[in-house]
Amino acid sequence: MALGMGRRGPTGKPRYSIFALARNALSYHENWQAAWRSPEPKPSYDAIIVGGGGHGLATAYYLASVHGIRNVAVLEKGWIGGGNTGRNTTIIRSNYLWDQSAAIYEHALKLWETMSQELNFNVMFSQRGVITLAHSEHELREMRRRVEAIRLNGIDTEVLTAADIKKLVPIINTDPSIRYPVMGGFIQKRGGTARHDAVAWGYARAADDFGVDIIQNCEVTGFRRGADGAIQGVETSKGFIGAKKVGCVAAGHSAVLSEMAGFKLPIQARPLQALVSEPIKPCIDTVVMSNAVHMYISQSDKGELVFGAGTDSYNSYAQRGSLNIVEHLLAAAVELYPIVSRLRVLRTWGGIVDTCPDASPIISKTPVPGLYFNCGWGTGGFKATPGSGHVFADLVANGQPNAIAAPFSLERFRTGFLVDEHGAAGVAH
Amino acid sequence: MSDQTNRTPSGGRIDRSRPLTFRFDGNSFHGFAGDTLASALLANDIHLVGRSFKYHRPRGLLGLGSEEPNALIQLARGNRTEPNLRATQIELFDGLDAASQNRWPSLAWDIGAVNSALHRLFPAGFYYKTFMWPASFWRTYEEVIRHAAGLGKAPEGPDPDRYEKIHIHADVLIAGGGPAGLAAALAAGRSGARVILADEQAEFGGSLLGEDDVLIGGAAPAEWVAATIAELQSMPEVTLLLRTTVNGYYDHNYLTAVERVTDHLGAAIPTLPRQRLWKIRAKRVVLATGAIERPLVFRDNDRPGVMLSSAMRGYAVRYGVLAGRRPLIVTGNDDGYRTALALAARHATVAGIVDLRADPSGALVDAARAKGIDILAQHSVVGALGGKRVEAAQVAPMTADGKGLAGAARPIDCDAIAMVGGFNPTVHLFSQSRGKLAWNETLHAFVPNISHEAETSVGGCNGELTVERALKDGIKAGLEAARASGHTARQPAAPKVEEPTLGTHRALWTLPSDKPIGHKGKHFVDFQNDVTAADLMLAAREGYRSVEHVKRYTTTGMGTDQGKTSNVNALAILGDALGKDIPAVGTTTFRPPYTPSTIGVYAGRDHGALFDPVRTTPMDPWHRARVAKVEHVGQWMRAWYYPKPGESFRQAVDREVLAARQGVGILDATTLGKIDVRGKDAAEFLNRVYTNAWLKLGIGRCRYGLMLKDDGMVMDDGVTTRLADDHFHMTTTTGGAAPVLGWLEEFLQTEWPELEVHLTSVTEQWAVASICGPKCRDLLAELCRDIDLTNDAFPFMAMREGTVAGIPARVFRISFTGEMSFEINVPSRYGLALWEALMAAGERHGITPYGTEAMHVLRAEKGFIIVGQETDGSVTPIDLGMDWIVSKTKADFIGKRGLARPDLRDPNRKQLVGLLTEDPNEVLPEGAHLVETLKAAPPMAMLGHVTSSYYSPNAGRSIAMALIKGGHGRKGQALHVPLAGRTVKVTVTDTLFFDPEGSRRDG
Repeated sequence: MALGMGRRGPTGKPRYSIFALARNALSYHENWQAAWRSPEPKPSYDAIIVGGGGHGLATAYYLASVHGIRNVAVLEKGWIGGGNTGRNTTIIRSNYLWDQSAAIYEHALKLWETMSQELNFNVMFSQRGVITLAHSEHELREMRRRVEAIRLNGIDTEVLTAADIKKLVPIINTDPSIRYPVMGGFIQKRGGTARHDAVAWGYARAADDFGVDIIQNCEVTGFRRGADGAIQGVETSKGFIGAKKVGCVAAGHSAVLSEMAGFKLPIQARPLQALVSEPIKPCIDTVVMSNAVHMYISQSDKGELVFGAGTDSYNSYAQRGSLNIVEHLLAAAVELYPIVSRLRVLRTWGGIVDTCPDASPIISKTPVPGLYFNCGWGTGGFKATPGSGHVFADLVANGQPNAIAAPFSLERFRTGFLVDEHGAAGVAH
Repeated sequence: MSDQTNRTPSGGRIDRSRPLTFRFDGNSFHGFAGDTLASALLANDIHLVGRSFKYHRPRGLLGLGSEEPNALIQLARGNRTEPNLRATQIELFDGLDAASQNRWPSLAWDIGAVNSALHRLFPAGFYYKTFMWPASFWRTYEEVIRHAAGLGKAPEGPDPDRYEKIHIHADVLIAGGGPAGLAAALAAGRSGARVILADEQAEFGGSLLGEDDVLIGGAAPAEWVAATIAELQSMPEVTLLLRTTVNGYYDHNYLTAVERVTDHLGAAIPTLPRQRLWKIRAKRVVLATGAIERPLVFRDNDRPGVMLSSAMRGYAVRYGVLAGRRPLIVTGNDDGYRTALALAARHATVAGIVDLRADPSGALVDAARAKGIDILAQHSVVGALGGKRVEAAQVAPMTADGKGLAGAARPIDCDAIAMVGGFNPTVHLFSQSRGKLAWNETLHAFVPNISHEAETSVGGCNGELTVERALKDGIKAGLEAARASGHTARQPAAPKVEEPTLGTHRALWTLPSDKPIGHKGKHFVDFQNDVTAADLMLAAREGYRSVEHVKRYTTTGMGTDQGKTSNVNALAILGDALGKDIPAVGTTTFRPPYTPSTIGVYAGRDHGALFDPVRTTPMDPWHRARVAKVEHVGQWMRAWYYPKPGESFRQAVDREVLAARQGVGILDATTLGKIDVRGKDAAEFLNRVYTNAWLKLGIGRCRYGLMLKDDGMVMDDGVTTRLADDHFHMTTTTGGAAPVLGWLEEFLQTEWPELEVHLTSVTEQWAVASICGPKCRDLLAELCRDIDLTNDAFPFMAMREGTVAGIPARVFRISFTGEMSFEINVPSRYGLALWEALMAAGERHGITPYGTEAMHVLRAEKGFIIVGQETDGSVTPIDLGMDWIVSKTKADFIGKRGLARPDLRDPNRKQLVGLLTEDPNEVLPEGAHLVETLKAAPPMAMLGHVTSSYYSPNAGRSIAMALIKGGHGRKGQALHVPLAGRTVKVTVTDTLFFDPEGSRRDG
């Protein structure tokens, strides 16, 4: 697969390295270039990507690097990476049940494995392993089904006993007498975490290097269509910008955009909260997820314990959630990891997850010719970032979905060919 | 005595009659009751209290309270140890054991300080630019980074302490008990309103505790505070909470506060929780959270001994501790003169006042001159000198515009530097409540502007920095809050205040220096995260221009102090770099909690035994006495199987399965969900929620039903019985009881409000014993005289009411095993009695209790599905081969439209089939997948998976069910099940493995 490894674009930005740091240290770091320019929009582009999150920036990057479409603008109404890209718990894995999901998330995972080098930006992808716990006979049975599917899809997975888990995660409570004892689990060793902001910045810098215009504080307010119904461009807070191809990657606000374009998306937007503790010395090396004891945990390189839970149960566009979710999450944390009780919550926050009825994404053509949507990633968006951008760039460039993207068309809600992943996410939808 | 050398001979709010002993990094020191760890350390001339996060620079105290970024302490040991506590907020107690953090081998000699030597390689975001070669080495680099990062250490074991929560309503919640908060409490309290006043410190008074030049009503402020507290204590509706931080502001005036109940005592009290979470719903909120002083940004402004002026004055006045014998004051306003005078009054030799303003004047300036203090107007501090303690300051005259120097720098010897950078209103809670801020050009700070909630900010956090204004502001807000919450209040008189007059403030966001910023030394903005002015300028240069980008790129404001001292300085420096005004740069969003709060207090008591309720049936004691193995099914504990001594799992289950078909078996079926459906439209309601027809079901008759989600997928199943024309008894799966009730209620309340139907969960009201097998009718007949049990009188799928073992009962003739079977429902309190009576009477019939495992085998022998095992939310009735239950004639039912979509009729969908292994003793693992074409290694295309798999003693072989693509068309085909290390060959069959004629259910 040609991923543009090592290629540099027309602007020929200096590469980042320890030598560059040392060289710049001599000039007091006063000669670093901007990671990306902040241009004013041109009157028109070959393609416009609406939404400057990780997925949108990755799409622009792959349009330029793989498909040679470099006259591209990314329009972001706020600051790039300011939505779910910068609000998630940074977990990356591809251990999905259904073939279609496994295909796209594994495609993404393979891109993660080379991302820092390809972008020349350290996104700190750390394959520290993702463990999923089982707490009942029912969960063990579901786990066996999932593990077998993952294995036969050729993706790495290993079943763990409670004793194995205790060895990998010494702070976990494996007392068999607790309410939901750890009865076993499985690990994807290639899974792990990455530095979320760096993903947006890395793609932005690399796309910019190919000549892509990244335009922040530019809100799309409408779509302009020609007599034939096809897209002609977008109305924005900075005026009209023309393009024959427009790709929308706006997560929670996708339904708002689709309304502007005159069609509806089957998407519910709900708050999903996360929080971090104060930084402490390393005490947990892997990511651990649990469904029955509803929480997941990892530790950032800075030392913060990162906790996530389920969504709030109401629809909202406000990037904040309810206290009761935090209380349940932290009770679960103390239940499974008793040593965290005396640590302190440093920061809580919320993002808005856009979820389809089958908890799978939409990567699709739309009723408007030239207009494409990529959304509905729910709680699974961050880990998909490079794969999502890669296949969406393919769709925007060629007008037809490739084999990985095809199952995620809008059509499926009409025909009924759903990819129901409700059970496969770490959290309840 | 050489200890407490920095303690003044008298004064302060400490209790000198109560000396306390404490340890810091293994050494023993003394302090007094009323000290914090910070004031006690300072009293003992300990300035070096920590190492910074990135460069491991030596650090001393910067502040006095929750704003402290540097002095992070690991307190206590073992399971009670607690990392990252601010020394400024640890109340001293006898035996306190504290240690510094993030240093090795010792605080004085820290090997990590090598980072400081290499600092030029480590500008903001350096890690994004390196550690990429060789590619496989990131994990190695990362391990080094991880171990260098982090601050303190987690405890080694479970928390021995207890936490509690309390819910409370208030008319007026006041956050902060300084002058404004106290005044507001008094004004509101006098109206009889229910007032809660919370303050994070150990005593009320706030900033008043650290001032010696203010008189309220002609007396020291402490007297006014004491009188006010006494009056508030006399009011029955007023709750005073000390050591309580209001830390979260949620929608609709819902706030949280954390009370530290026993932390200051140094020992747990068995009758008290360690901390308590107050969950408060208030009609009105008054925020009186004060203001926090800003540091000044000059070269090496982090040297121990450099601190906020308000802190240095507070240590002197409140704790009787001099931070230095020869302090230098650097100030942008008159407040620095108050500090100079306070220190001079305590016999410190003030090394000078460096005033950023050109022409300082007024009473305070005159008083300082009269004391002989050297005043250097329009001067800048170029840099601090010294290593582990400040030794001197380089001072130089500056140009009128404050951008450059106007002369050579000269050193002034000093052992402490007080910085007066102006005050930031503590707007965190206001901002959490989604209030909008405005930039105030006089204060050079953000102040509350437009409230979003029913809230008022008063005093320091409203930008009112004098005591007089704070009191007036507080009285007004207290009065309004009381009135708004429905109380009649009269305006109390504001006491007369005598306090120094403060002139204007000159804000210089970085002090001019002899070298460009970044060329020499470090100008710290965020002390904890080691973010310098040069880092912020670098971020702007590299295109990180949004304030959120800068925060994330440089990590400014992201430490445990959450940027309390750094945020506005950072915005200003960024604004300078971008050529924007501060308001145009924007602010980041404050989020709960205001100060880091213990995870345990949010968890409360909802863990361990109280994590989730354990549900057991009335028969549970009997199962346990028989050493039944239990299985978790949702919240329920169910009997899984009943092994006899020496029996294996398989032997026990085989015995139970055979007995149920040969004699009589008995199952505790209590956990099935039960919903009482009542109302004139009950039948119509059922007709809409189930796929089959319900309108004509006769009274006393039962019917099996499937419920679908609106997408056409199977959601739940169960038997529902008509008790009367308008009254049904519905059963659901065990796990489905609550979700199904919620689902049905949603439809009743939102989709079909016109239907007159009431739903009541009666799962716990009925205990159910299910008996089955050829002898079950004989058994029942012995205990039940008032129901005719013959097939004609009591046919299959009917219900009769009568008496069983003397207990009023509903008896259902339904079967999940294919055998003749009766499900006997009695009121829960008779459940155990019924069970025991059945066991006693059944003894001569060989009655055998069976658990959920045998139940699963028995139903699988008949090909009956279990929702959640044969289905997973992606399976239609047609996939299950249950087309017969989906009405073709009904106008509508939930899922009908979803089911009509074309792909749901695709013959290649996954469909339920039976599987027989080649080797009849081979029991397939559930969850294994089937393939048509075997490959040597994955990946290989899967057809589907094994949903259920058992050894069937009645069929005399293993049986299994599976969902596979195009399954209904594959009967007779041979397929493969590739397992790790081997492959099993299977044949696709029908799902019915026993009694295909169905003759057994009528006995």
